[in-house]
Amino acid sequence: MKKVYARPKYLKKVHFHYCPGCGHSIVHRLVCELAEEMKIQDKLIGIPPPGCSVFTYNYIDTDFVESAHGRGAAVATGIKRACPEALVFTYQGDGDIAAIGTGETIHAANRGEKITAIFINNAVYGMTGGQMAPTTLIDMKTTTSPFGREKDIEGFPIKLSEMVALTKGAVYIERTTVNSPAGIKKTKKAIKKAFQVQMDNLGYSLVEILSPCPTNWKMREIDSWKWIDEVMVNEYPPGVIKDTTNEQKKKKPKKKGKKKK
Amino acid sequence: MLFKTIFSGFGGQGVLSMGLNLAQAGMLEGKKVTYLPAYGAEMRGGTANCTVAISDEEIASPVASSPDFLVAMNFPSLVRFQNQVQSGGIFFLNSSLMEAEISRGDVDIVEVPANDLAEELGNLKCANMVMIGAFVKKTNLVSIDTLIKGLEDSFKKKKKLIPLNKKALKSGYGLF
Amino acid sequence: MAKQVLMYGNTAIGEAAIRAGCQCYFGYPITPQNELTEYMATHLGRRKGCAFVQAESEVSAINMVYGASAAGVRVMTSSSSPGISLKQEGISYLAACQLPAVIVNMSRGGPGLGSIIAAQSDYLQSTRGGGHGDYRTIVLAPASVQELADLTHEAFDLTEKYRIPVLILGDGMLGQMMEPVVFKHKAPKKPPVRKDALRGAKNRKSKIIKTFTSNPAELEEINWSLFRRYQMLESKEVRHETYMTDDANLVVCSFGISARIAKGAINAVRASGLKVGLFRPITAWPFPYEAVKKLTNNIDHFLVFEMNMGQMLEDIRFGVGERGDVSFYGRPGGVIPTPSEVARVITRHYYQKGL
Repeated sequence: MKKVYARPKYLKKVHFHYCPGCGHSIVHRLVCELAEEMKIQDKLIGIPPPGCSVFTYNYIDTDFVESAHGRGAAVATGIKRACPEALVFTYQGDGDIAAIGTGETIHAANRGEKITAIFINNAVYGMTGGQMAPTTLIDMKTTTSPFGREKDIEGFPIKLSEMVALTKGAVYIERTTVNSPAGIKKTKKAIKKAFQVQMDNLGYSLVEILSPCPTNWKMREIDSWKWIDEVMVNEYPPGVIKDTTNEQKKKKPKKKGKKKK
Repeated sequence: MLFKTIFSGFGGQGVLSMGLNLAQAGMLEGKKVTYLPAYGAEMRGGTANCTVAISDEEIASPVASSPDFLVAMNFPSLVRFQNQVQSGGIFFLNSSLMEAEISRGDVDIVEVPANDLAEELGNLKCANMVMIGAFVKKTNLVSIDTLIKGLEDSFKKKKKLIPLNKKALKSGYGLF
Repeated sequence: MAKQVLMYGNTAIGEAAIRAGCQCYFGYPITPQNELTEYMATHLGRRKGCAFVQAESEVSAINMVYGASAAGVRVMTSSSSPGISLKQEGISYLAACQLPAVIVNMSRGGPGLGSIIAAQSDYLQSTRGGGHGDYRTIVLAPASVQELADLTHEAFDLTEKYRIPVLILGDGMLGQMMEPVVFKHKAPKKPPVRKDALRGAKNRKSKIIKTFTSNPAELEEINWSLFRRYQMLESKEVRHETYMTDDANLVVCSFGISARIAKGAINAVRASGLKVGLFRPITAWPFPYEAVKKLTNNIDHFLVFEMNMGQMLEDIRFGVGERGDVSFYGRPGGVIPTPSEVARVITRHYYQKGL
């Protein structure tokens, strides 16, 4: 019989600690599949943040360097500059990348660091217990916006990917979801492309993934998946936000040609 | 013997490079040297100054509580440092820009018309070299030859400036 | 002998680091250490295989250091007091992960933005870890440009040998002054990469560098192992200098640039017949307590002089214990005392104690 579905080679044989319905484990799995398919496992270095995904290294069988909250892009820069042949990705939540680590992220992107950010947006601080995130939607209730996020008090949901897209060093940015098979497929394709951008030395790449957090959203799993399609995508529309891959590629050979002269 | 000198003047008068040249020459002659510039807010405008210590033995402190020599390229420098100089010390004054109004009789005063001489040479900017030429003649802390050698080293990338600066050095040196 | 060159303290650190095989430097501008950052931009940045990044903040710079160290290269950052406060986050992580790194603090007046003039107010921050958690860093306190260069070179070896971050505790004056310096080493053609470098799981199992654990017992064991190493350092890597202590009745205790000023003062009072010596720790951590204790065999009176309000004082008091009396003189906030001022203080003490 033909095997159509199996545990990816680089997914460690342990149980996930994630809540039922959580999107983290799906994205982990996608990274593992790509590590195998793209034959990059031996040069992949991941940087997990403090947060629910701090234990990413327990699941994905590649090298990992844990970073301080928000500093993923800086740690990735350090690794990549010291070891340009590595394939470096940060795995960051919304609080990590869009609040405490905004500075690191924008500037790493602006320098055109050859790194990839996998940005899990679930509009809430997960591990600390469901506090308001920079990406929390207006009217959304969290433990620190108990009456719903009010624009006059808590400000607006931040669109980090769009902000990063403004930097010239960012080459490829796409927003996807993991609440449907189609979304998962697109996510995998996006991460694959982001890794490829890095391997081709084109610049900074980022994939933002809208991911359900039923526990902190206080929803049933199935409702949380629906909520992404019905509510979240209105604020954070999926799709390619920026892609200058072709322009960057065109630039590259020209340079080489000049050198030969 | 340990000698400490304070060089002081307006920012832009080449005060720091004077001190640097002296320290460089001291080192080339195998002496112990320290060079301590005043830095920060004083870097732009106002008074720039630096302290150079030259000694045969290890220099304990680079700071000069009471310098042996003061080189004052402008009047505010004289006002600021005149009471610190040791009894029996020497004041080198840029007499093109000030008259010697010293209220103490226990120091020697050497007047060097540095700006005038520099202008005669065609470039006001080398007034500092005129002064340092006069300074080494009077103090004999280092020889003029070493100073020139040091000068050639530090102008390696701007070779065309060497002849002028050499001339300025010699004109100061030849004053006395 | 290698050639003497006249260099700023700041640039001498940079040159020494490059010669020690430093491959990456990450910094952020702050006075009075900018010459070092600029030197690395000019001399390290374009070297083959090397990297210089001007980060967007000190926090970011130290985390780049953390990443590069994980990847196995020799790496350095530098800053001055307010910037060092920001770097404490990363230093704590480096200590926790036992990653080698050299951090330079050309300290200045504080608290707050303070002033840009040299001060020694960061002694306690430097010698007691500095950031959160129970850890120490090796703290080297040079007092001349030559020593800055020598200790910078050594710092890279020490941090790799013991796998704890090394802090070079200088100050603005040391950084801004020029002295002749001789570099004893040549830069390696290819900077070294540590054997335990994390650079992808090629021909080996995957590796993890982490600090977080949900198991307190595991964390306690990590802390124990750190402190066993610290104990070893306290017996093996302690350095100090004494000056004219053999016949001294009074010993002035100072570190870094204030030891230079004190030396000038001691020379002056010696000329008038006062028997005064100097004790200077070169490692501010581990602190040379034993050497202080030894001095108490013959000397009863100690005068601590620092450019702060009495930080190393605690260590000297601990070292002297009940075996002598310890007095203090200090100037905080970036005021630089003169040798003649300190000479007067020493003289006053000398006669007050009836020596």
